[in-house]
Amino acid sequence: MTAIGDRAPAFALPDTDGVERALETPAVVVFTCNHCPYALAWHDRIAGAARDYPDVHFFAINPNDAERYPRDSADAMRERVERERGWPMPYLRDESQDVARAYGAKTTPDLFVVDGAGVVRYRGAPDPDHQDPSLNASWLREALDSVLAGEDVARPETDPIGCSVKWK
Amino acid sequence: MTVELLWWEGCPSHPDALTDLERVLREEGVDAEVARVEIVDDQQARRERFPGSPTIRLNGEDVVPPGAGEPFSLTCRVYQTRDGRISPVPDPEDVRAAVRRAR
Repeated sequence: MTAIGDRAPAFALPDTDGVERALETPAVVVFTCNHCPYALAWHDRIAGAARDYPDVHFFAINPNDAERYPRDSADAMRERVERERGWPMPYLRDESQDVARAYGAKTTPDLFVVDGAGVVRYRGAPDPDHQDPSLNASWLREALDSVLAGEDVARPETDPIGCSVKWK
Repeated sequence: MTVELLWWEGCPSHPDALTDLERVLREEGVDAEVARVEIVDDQQARRERFPGSPTIRLNGEDVVPPGAGEPFSLTCRVYQTRDGRISPVPDPEDVRAAVRRAR
């Protein structure tokens, strides 16, 4: 379980091309998936932030049990990335669920902002309402702006909202 | 009219779905009790033909029928609002249309 102020757990996970990707900082680590309506509703806003903050490494990590939820299998992840084209972040498979456990991920989505020193500075939802695209991942962007300016994050933690992580 | 809300605790959307459903029923003048059915495991999901949470049925008919071949399991349903947004709950206007059909 990772708390605000803790070092972000390192990881090396395969992306949809099978290439291992390791945590680099500053970073946004997003636990997400293919089948959850909350994750899908927020996806474009998170992707938009990834495009708007090119100096921040964004990682989308799918930890769900693919045996019970085949829509979250590595094949389904690859098909989604190919179908949607232009993902601005790697989509990583956490088959063992060890990374999700290390972070204490609760839901999809569940976001962690990590500063350049590798310290977790924000954890929670992208913005207050999955139903309102105009909010544009405002909580995530506020946290990133503070971290990049070397300032304290005014709202370091919000409740992650979404589908429960599907543990094995 | 029989009204059922089938839900699973892994999705936080059922309170919103219930709020929308009760509002639509009230606005449509339907005096019906909403039977809340919690789905707790895959076996029950298959038995109840539960395509995900939340599922609303009026007289046994899904207000937004799932696609053919949709598996029955403990999962969260993905709905689309009438303006094309992805949503964890059915569009209230789809619920309203189903209520009118079920009368």
